[in-house]
Amino acid sequence: MKENGKSSSQGACSGKKNKLMFETARQRLAETTGPEYWRSLEELAGSAQFREMIRGEFPQGASEWLDSVSRRGFLRLMGASLAMAGMTACTKQPLEPIVPYVRQPEDVVPGRPLFYATAFSLGGYASPVLVESHLYRPTKIEGNDKHPASLGGTDVFAQASILGLYDPDRSQTHLYLNQVRTWGNFVEAIRGPLHSQKAVEGSGIRILTRTVSSPSLADQLARMLELYPQAKWHVYEPINRDNVYAGAQLAFGQPVDTQYRLENADVIVSLDADFLYGGFPGITRYARDFAKRRDPDGGEMSRLYALESTPSSTGAKADHRVPMRASEIEGFARALAAALGFNPGAGTLPHEPEVRLVGAIARDLEAHRSRTVVIPGDHQSPVVHALAHAINQALGNVGNTVIYTDPVNARPVNQTASLRELVADMRAGKVDMLLILGGNPAYDAPADLGFADALKNTSVPFRLHLGLYQDETAELCQWHVSETHFLEAWGDARAYDGTVTIQQPLIAPLYDSKSAYELMALLAGQSEASGYEIVRGYWQKQHSGADFDQFWAKALHDGWVEGTTFPARQVAARPAGLPAPEDSGQGIEINFRRDPSVYDGCFANNGWLQELPRPLTKMTWDNPVLIAPKMAERLGLASEDMIALELNGNTRVAPVWIQAGHPDNAVTVFLGYGRRRAGRVGTASGFDFYPLRASGSPWFSTGLKIQKTGERYLLATTQGYQTMETPNGDTRPLVRSRSLEEYHKEPDFAQEGKPPASLTLYPGYQAQYEKEPYEWGMAIDLNACVGCNNCILACQSENNIPVVGKEQCNKGRHMHWLRVDVYYQGDRDHPQAYFQPVPCMQCENAPCELVCPVGATVHSTEGLNDMVYNRCVGTRYCSNNCPYKVRRFNFLLFQDWETPQYKMMRNPDVTVRSRGVMEKCTYCVQRISHHRIDAEREKRRIGDLELQTACQQSCPAGAITFGNINDPNSQVSRLKAKSRNYGLLEDLNTRPRTTYLAEIRNPNSELES
Amino acid sequence: MQIFHRSTNTISRATLFGAVFLISFVLWACIEIQRSPYVTYAKVVRPQPVPFSHQHHVAGLGIDCRYCHTSVEASSFAGIPPTKTCMNCHSQIWTGAWLLEPVRESFRSGKSLVWTRVNDLPDFVYFDHSIHINKGVGCNTCHGPVDRMPLMYNYASLQMEWCLDCHRDPAKNLRPRDQVFNMRYEPPSTLKPLTLDGKQYTDQLSLGVDLVKKYNLRTVADITSCSTCHR
Repeated sequence: MKENGKSSSQGACSGKKNKLMFETARQRLAETTGPEYWRSLEELAGSAQFREMIRGEFPQGASEWLDSVSRRGFLRLMGASLAMAGMTACTKQPLEPIVPYVRQPEDVVPGRPLFYATAFSLGGYASPVLVESHLYRPTKIEGNDKHPASLGGTDVFAQASILGLYDPDRSQTHLYLNQVRTWGNFVEAIRGPLHSQKAVEGSGIRILTRTVSSPSLADQLARMLELYPQAKWHVYEPINRDNVYAGAQLAFGQPVDTQYRLENADVIVSLDADFLYGGFPGITRYARDFAKRRDPDGGEMSRLYALESTPSSTGAKADHRVPMRASEIEGFARALAAALGFNPGAGTLPHEPEVRLVGAIARDLEAHRSRTVVIPGDHQSPVVHALAHAINQALGNVGNTVIYTDPVNARPVNQTASLRELVADMRAGKVDMLLILGGNPAYDAPADLGFADALKNTSVPFRLHLGLYQDETAELCQWHVSETHFLEAWGDARAYDGTVTIQQPLIAPLYDSKSAYELMALLAGQSEASGYEIVRGYWQKQHSGADFDQFWAKALHDGWVEGTTFPARQVAARPAGLPAPEDSGQGIEINFRRDPSVYDGCFANNGWLQELPRPLTKMTWDNPVLIAPKMAERLGLASEDMIALELNGNTRVAPVWIQAGHPDNAVTVFLGYGRRRAGRVGTASGFDFYPLRASGSPWFSTGLKIQKTGERYLLATTQGYQTMETPNGDTRPLVRSRSLEEYHKEPDFAQEGKPPASLTLYPGYQAQYEKEPYEWGMAIDLNACVGCNNCILACQSENNIPVVGKEQCNKGRHMHWLRVDVYYQGDRDHPQAYFQPVPCMQCENAPCELVCPVGATVHSTEGLNDMVYNRCVGTRYCSNNCPYKVRRFNFLLFQDWETPQYKMMRNPDVTVRSRGVMEKCTYCVQRISHHRIDAEREKRRIGDLELQTACQQSCPAGAITFGNINDPNSQVSRLKAKSRNYGLLEDLNTRPRTTYLAEIRNPNSELES
Repeated sequence: MQIFHRSTNTISRATLFGAVFLISFVLWACIEIQRSPYVTYAKVVRPQPVPFSHQHHVAGLGIDCRYCHTSVEASSFAGIPPTKTCMNCHSQIWTGAWLLEPVRESFRSGKSLVWTRVNDLPDFVYFDHSIHINKGVGCNTCHGPVDRMPLMYNYASLQMEWCLDCHRDPAKNLRPRDQVFNMRYEPPSTLKPLTLDGKQYTDQLSLGVDLVKKYNLRTVADITSCSTCHR
């Protein structure tokens, strides 16, 4: 200290001073106890661009008029309008019609929504959901909280499916050679060909479906095959589970589905399985069970090891995340099996650090026998699956954490082989009638099978495509029958545990369309059968008792059919040896993955999903090639550089995105983009990698050649936007985390930097809220959050949030009220990642309120930071003054006010905002109002957890808790009382109502040193 | 050199003086237009497919409000009766009346009657009938003497100042809950006192203050928070 003062008083000697500053910096670094967190590689490098981003409320350019009309020209043009701006409030309200029912249904009370149980299916697996219906218009999807496969949670695909229903680009008519036809025309047209097939026992009929788990549809198909014994049923879906069933075949000699009981698992090893993101069967239940075991304050915390070939949200939650090329996972699994004491055949020798890792994981697994689980990824080789089964059996996990059941898939054949056989038949001229029920094989079939080519160039006389869109496959078929959306049609489907949910429609079909069930009925000769009759008829056969009506009503009401859950099966592992490991070669590996948003391409026209930032890259609207920082350096690539990818003679050109934590010498590409006929939203967005995908190696392949083309491509990522400024860096980290051990030593580490209650100049400030019956607050448990993005879409759906498009996203004008920030920690090759959902903090001392010149954002007595749209004049002072950057501004007219379908979709309880208005998270004030009014009418208080915000309600992990913090017994108060609880930037004395529970990791001490 | 004529002084003074009045007048006129029935439609009868008379049905026949507006106690929306409600009686009486032909046509064809909305709030305002009914706000407090309206019109301006007028002092408008649907309810006066819970009231204010407590009304600060109506 003394020397410090002395040197500064001398001052003149600059060299000395510099040295001293350097010393202090180093000293400060050394003093820092907390870990350093970063959000993007630019931030890690401390680039000027990043500093710029932090300072502004919006990224550079977002608040400027950069379009063809210059700002000055715009002002000149709009001068008169601006002068009259104040007069807009003086418009006369137009006369509005009001249209009552003719006969009002008994159970409908206008103004109060009804909820119906139904199921959303993806990849054959049903997600049980409850759909909110306002006067029979479905508006919002929630999880079915009574159903064990959902427990109230949903995933992003289920959440966004409501937009699919109202998509104006959906197929609205039946087509024959691109001419509009009626259903009657089709019935007539198919009669002849079908009749002539009778004579040859249907030997020319081929039916191609996606994965079917529906008992009634499977029954219809089976009966069809009885009627036409020579006909064939093929199944193909690009994101299939061929390897899963092949692995089960290898291990048990029969296909089985594997369920995991993560609530019983102390140690979880993920072999490239992304089981915490939408699309993995059972995700909603797994996320809940996983989160339950991640509470450091209750019971033993589980430990997750994740080996992964591409960074995923599962890896981000892992205590030990190991980036590993997909082809090396098998060697690792063999080594792990060997370390556990059985000989799975010689493994490719793992590298030196892996030996240590294998040993540590094996010892950890041994120490927790029967309470561990090894989860293989769907895209890993059958051998990895067989090894995982063997390890789970050897450790005694079966029955505790692992349960085998019959496959949910009604026809668990090898789908690639099934499609190959179909193409061969087509080329051999054996196919007279090809009926494609759903799916888009002309776009997503493996390139080497040449399905589209066979469809186009072989003369199959009758080609039919049933689909939601007039897509690439519809283009190549003579007949296209418009398919009903799942919210318009009767059906049934099995959840991951086998439980059947009757899929009941929420609305009559918006267009003249038919379901697969109705089409199958026509083929079986009952042309007039409705979906309702078919599904109900099937279940009547299954449950023929006199109480069927009751059984049926109960199944519809509850959302599942009693007694259909698959029982656990005892399967014996076959001791047969595994095939010898193959050398995958050392070339560059390419991974093909389902896109986290558009899945296999079927959601390409869904604007919500397109604009949803991907869990780690925060990419929107595109699917760049992911590449490791080290590899990019070696190849001289930067993010947004275009590269040519060459694999087996096929070449695709796509941009690069450098992703921290990606394994070296490998790239990841996401399928589902580059559609030619997706609709206005999805067509020509992103890059199609299906042409690189071969049927022999659909998931990963080595021998990729990469060449830089020299061109650049603009990618719209939200990573780094809305970055909160932390001038002193580590002194007040936004994400706080410790290991379990450190947490036990220092339980209140998260309290650092919290201002004392006495800091405010207004004594008794708190008292004004204490007399209120309700004081709303939210606690977000970072330990539970799995980064599944569901909350973003739940909020978007509930609050009528618009989609802005790629160009606007790139300017940082996206409108999501809730964002999920990703923070990385450690070096760029092996970073630890953290998710942090950030809604409005609802500060008690809100900085935004002080600066609003028109009082458009003010405090409510219950502590909400109200946003009054009709008062807002768009000065944007509030967002400029918001340290959390949670306010969103309608720079342009982002809402679609014209499309009639979207009008039906909107939540009638939330104002639809127009241009020039600021908006932000309201804690779902419409729900608060509803519940408060209901409670007051019934002369009671709102019960704890009775009132849930949209993000909370469908969070599969239960990470978000909202409630009354004036009630010390409420769930949220109990969470806020924990020592892990902290507020963001609390030292600003904003007194945020939204607080976070610091993240605690449970690393293996053996691997820590 | 004199450029302006001497009279310019007077004219400019008069102009300056006059401008104050002119500007004030323009502002006053704007405000008055904004509050006038021209903008608010207050007390303006709207075109309807059937000239339904509330006076005849309510005062003449004594039909309760809730016979048609069924969800008024349970929901934000009071409900517009379906055609079936009309036909409950009109399949028996006035079965041939030409005035009722649109109603019968609607019932026959299954196509809804398209009424013009009378009490129409802006889309960013969320009003809830059920809670007002529950807290003792009478129908005619806001909707006016519906039983004396041969053709329906909105009684009040429905502007925010009108809402806030009551939200800032609800006591002046509350009545016992069993009087909410009484169209001829009169506030207590010395001539017609009102007895409630054994206490006699001779003026509205003392009754209102007690009802605020009895019905557990939220504080004025609560019900004038923006998010009470805007969200």
